[in-house]
Amino acid sequence: MSVPLSLRCLLVCVALFGGSAHALTPQQARALVVGEAEPRIAALNAVLAAADEKTVALIQAMSDDAVKFTDSAVFVMKDGKGFDPVSGAEVAVPDTAEDVINNNQMRGELDTALASIKLFSPDNTVRAEAVKTLASEPDENKLPMVEKAWAAEQVPAIKDALGAVRFAILLGSADKAKRLEAATALGATGTPATKTLLLDRQKVETEADVKAAIGVALKTIEGRLAWGERLGVIFTGVSLGSILLLVALGLAITYGLMGVINMAHGELMMIGAYATYVIQNVFRAYFPGLFDYYVLLAIPASFLAAALVGAVLERSVIRWLYGRPLETLLATWGISLVLQQAVRSLFGAQNVPVENPAWLSGGVAAMSNLTLPYNRIAIIVFAVLVLVGVSLLIARTRLGLFVRGVTQNRKMAACMGVNTARIDTYAFALGSGIAGLAGCALSQVGNVGPDLGQSYIVDSFMVVVLGGVGQLAGTVYAAVGLGVLNKLLEGWQGAVLAKIMVLVFIVIFIQKRPQGIFALKGRSAEA
Amino acid sequence: MTPDLMKAGAQARVEHDRKLAASPVQSGGRETSYSRVHVPGALDVTHGAILYLDDITVSFDGFKALNALSLSISAGELRCIIGPNGAGKTTMMDVITGKTRPDLGKAFFGSTIDLLRMRENEIASIGIGRKFQKPTVFEQLSVFENLELALKADRGVRSSMFFRLNGEQLDRIGAMLTLIHLKDSAQRVAGLLSHGQKQWLEIGMLLMQDPKLLLLDEPVAGMTDEETERTAELFLSLEGNHSLVVVEHDMKFIGELTQNGKNGKKVTVLHEGSVLAEGLLSEVQANEKVVEVYLGR
Amino acid sequence: MSAVLPTSAPTPTVTSVPRVGLLSMKSWGAVALALLVVAVVVPVLNLAVPAGSAFHASDYAVQLVAKIMCYAICALAMDLIWGYTGILSLGHGVFFALGGYAMGMYLMRQIGSDGQYRMPMPDFMVFLNWKEFPWTWAVSDSFVAQMLLVVLVPGLLAFVFGYFAFRSRIKGVYFSIITQAMTYAAMLLFFRNETGFGGNNGFTDFKRILDVPIATPSMRMTLFVLTGCTLIGFFLLARWLVGSKFGRVLQAIRDAETRVMFTGYNPLHYKLAMWVISAVMCGIAGALYVPQVGIINPGEMSPAASIEIAIWAAVGGRGTLIGPIVGAFFVNGAKSWFTQAFPEFWLYFLGALFIAVTIFLPQGIIGLLKRKKESS
Repeated sequence: MSVPLSLRCLLVCVALFGGSAHALTPQQARALVVGEAEPRIAALNAVLAAADEKTVALIQAMSDDAVKFTDSAVFVMKDGKGFDPVSGAEVAVPDTAEDVINNNQMRGELDTALASIKLFSPDNTVRAEAVKTLASEPDENKLPMVEKAWAAEQVPAIKDALGAVRFAILLGSADKAKRLEAATALGATGTPATKTLLLDRQKVETEADVKAAIGVALKTIEGRLAWGERLGVIFTGVSLGSILLLVALGLAITYGLMGVINMAHGELMMIGAYATYVIQNVFRAYFPGLFDYYVLLAIPASFLAAALVGAVLERSVIRWLYGRPLETLLATWGISLVLQQAVRSLFGAQNVPVENPAWLSGGVAAMSNLTLPYNRIAIIVFAVLVLVGVSLLIARTRLGLFVRGVTQNRKMAACMGVNTARIDTYAFALGSGIAGLAGCALSQVGNVGPDLGQSYIVDSFMVVVLGGVGQLAGTVYAAVGLGVLNKLLEGWQGAVLAKIMVLVFIVIFIQKRPQGIFALKGRSAEA
Repeated sequence: MTPDLMKAGAQARVEHDRKLAASPVQSGGRETSYSRVHVPGALDVTHGAILYLDDITVSFDGFKALNALSLSISAGELRCIIGPNGAGKTTMMDVITGKTRPDLGKAFFGSTIDLLRMRENEIASIGIGRKFQKPTVFEQLSVFENLELALKADRGVRSSMFFRLNGEQLDRIGAMLTLIHLKDSAQRVAGLLSHGQKQWLEIGMLLMQDPKLLLLDEPVAGMTDEETERTAELFLSLEGNHSLVVVEHDMKFIGELTQNGKNGKKVTVLHEGSVLAEGLLSEVQANEKVVEVYLGR
Repeated sequence: MSAVLPTSAPTPTVTSVPRVGLLSMKSWGAVALALLVVAVVVPVLNLAVPAGSAFHASDYAVQLVAKIMCYAICALAMDLIWGYTGILSLGHGVFFALGGYAMGMYLMRQIGSDGQYRMPMPDFMVFLNWKEFPWTWAVSDSFVAQMLLVVLVPGLLAFVFGYFAFRSRIKGVYFSIITQAMTYAAMLLFFRNETGFGGNNGFTDFKRILDVPIATPSMRMTLFVLTGCTLIGFFLLARWLVGSKFGRVLQAIRDAETRVMFTGYNPLHYKLAMWVISAVMCGIAGALYVPQVGIINPGEMSPAASIEIAIWAAVGGRGTLIGPIVGAFFVNGAKSWFTQAFPEFWLYFLGALFIAVTIFLPQGIIGLLKRKKESS
């Protein structure tokens, strides 16, 4: 007969468990299967301490709901045939045989029983999984198995985890000294689950010194958890800051360098996000095997798409409005309406799904209550790269020099032979392209829809207003600062009030320093 | 003592005080200490100086626009200030009128009014009028309306809403229009005036405020010779009742104002943010340092 | 000949100043005609003329025109602050909405116990399980008090915001962006249920005003006439303001603020005064809007709504007072037509309008008409 994989593993475990296994008796088999949950669980625990491979097979079969019984016999079902649990021989199953019903409690007990057996598996992953299962339900009956496994364990991480389980079980022990030891030890290793355990114990504990020890342990754990939360808030703040930076960087170029207030900036981001969506679909349809790499193509694609649209806008609309910032504001608002409606007509008014590729899904668990998602880490790195790239472009390349020259003194630059019209287009396209990159980044962490731009437009303008005009450094500080400030306030008062407080803060800050954090000093710092 | 004698005595006292306050007196003279009514906040020129700058220093990002500048203008004087570009002439005016705060130094209007503590509109209200290098008139309003706005009257919002010109104010505007030769263009939108006419309009607006100290930054830039001459005449007629500080490059105009050194008007030369030389035009023109700075060596 | 100064006893010359009255005779005629149409012609056409006749003014048309008249008041307010003072506000929608909410609160109280839950409190409060009114609703059942709030709340917000913004000399686009932030923050605040103004549903289902049922033709017409007269009244007020010295100082501030300061005026006071007047006008417009349209929700505070007010003024021709009124009618009329005939194209049209007006028609429709008149 073909033995399923899981069963084979279990049997191996049992083999390693050692030779103190006792053979399964028919009475034991019956006790496991028939009757109320309580006595069955007691029988299960009794038999577990010295389980042989037949017992294990029975337990596994019970877990799989493949056991039937009559008044006189128990049958393990496999492929429609019945087998005797004790001997393993095939036996005919009468029609009157009933299925063994396991309620939730029973099922839970079966799972933990199997897990405790798996503690002896040669496979590290299986053992780790088993420890996790046991940790969620510390059960005194499993203690001997746990202690045996703990003594035998070689891998440090799993040993520590087993130790924690052991202490969790010991916390409920009758022996006061053991409880004290457990309380102190748990304080050092605690997780949020341990905290609950300790709190529960604290309620029923009678011995004063154990209670005190539990109190100390709780404090230590809470301190560590608080740190986890604080770091979590800071990380989310930096993540938001990196997104704001990407969004505001393009705006800082078009406004800071060129004096063009672009209300369609959000829509250029949206174009970048939709470009990512299109690339994703292309990969899914034509290169499904390479799907995970679609992001790498989406980055240049979104840059180019947005830059192209930006160039077209600059040539057709914005160049007629240089020197008239208020009119530019209104005209670009009109453009944003047109772009939004165009996207709605092409892709529909609903959000479109953009999936993270596999290497961006999930996260690294830095602490027990702090998981840092990979996609957010990637965006932080991406934002830094883009920032470095843009600063180098502006400061070190010829194009950057021309852009700076044209924006500072157009007439002189023209006299020097610089084609100012073309430089304007390039600069605007650059700012728009960066917006496209921001859209690509946003598609990985948020929803993509026609109003993607609207949610970020006010924030990005706040970053530009706060950071000051003329230097990229101000934009960086303002973006990260606002991101962190927003998240800190959010934790305190909730998202809406946090946003309002940030806006009020900016208005007040502008009172004291109208030119922003960093600004070109001297005579002309006015819009 | 009869009532009419008392009244006559009081009137005589008031007359006496008025004469004293108006006349530029010598510092330390008897009139400066006796029987003088001192009104807080009012301009006090009994010590002779109407404008007093001491050690004014202004730096922009490390560049010193003004470097320990010290200057004193007497009440009723007409002073010309010359200097190469970048010498700090416009910055000095910015400091006096409150547009720029100096890093160091003192600036006083009369003996008692600290200019560094006041805002631009307050400084304008107490009697310092400034004419800018570029003529800044209100382009969308008519010439008449420009002058009406400059008229010395309550500057508050309520009074502006319910303001109506009375006969005397109308006459003043009329007379000013004649003075600045814009009588025929009274209803013309100021944006349509020629450059020289705009300059005159701005001077007219300045005079409407009846200022005690006029700061004139290149007042004849872009004017014809004839207009320049008329401007010189106007300024010369103003001094005595008003004090004038004229910043100019046009040496012919300076010559006309100082009547080529004959009328004792002083000329101050600024260079790199501080005073290089001061004296009659002829002295200054002969000064070696001045020649070096202007011509280079 | 030496120049003579005015102060030294000149011969008095009377300068001829064209003393214009508030309006020319022709314009007074137009105003009178408008008043006639609003107060007499439309009521007759709606109430007296039977429904089948070609001259009948339908209820729908009356409501639409009333709504646009409220918008026209906002456009007029925008012209005063943008066209004449040079301050582009992209947050005026919040003043409109606040006035609307103040009126809405009174109307909600007027529903009494006729709401869905048959309780003396508004439905949304019953839904949230509130037992008593929040402090903001303290005077909401008094018509007079609530009408005072229609004026005071937008006015106060405008005063505080304007004081801090103008004092720090924030100008130009920075100021416009900050007004966007202000209206955005207000919208977020009003979307919350805890704020106590109906959350994202706002107020609706009004039954009565001053204990008279709202949905009757006579009440609708009364509100219509009131709105029309308010619009005309505000127009005359704006004319007076702009023609006074106050108005000229504002225009001077728009053109050359530095020079104005050096002439002795404090621009802060002037800007603040006009800013508050403009905000209160919008608030009153909002209060007239709500009983006629029947609903107010935080969407009225959205940044997009405020930007539309600016485009009405720009399309009509800013700095002309009559232009923005024309612009409001034109744009909203177009919107009404588009959303019925070609809904997907409305945003294209609006966006194109923004672009076309700023590039090709900076003086707006009125400017275009003026140019045609001058060239013919």
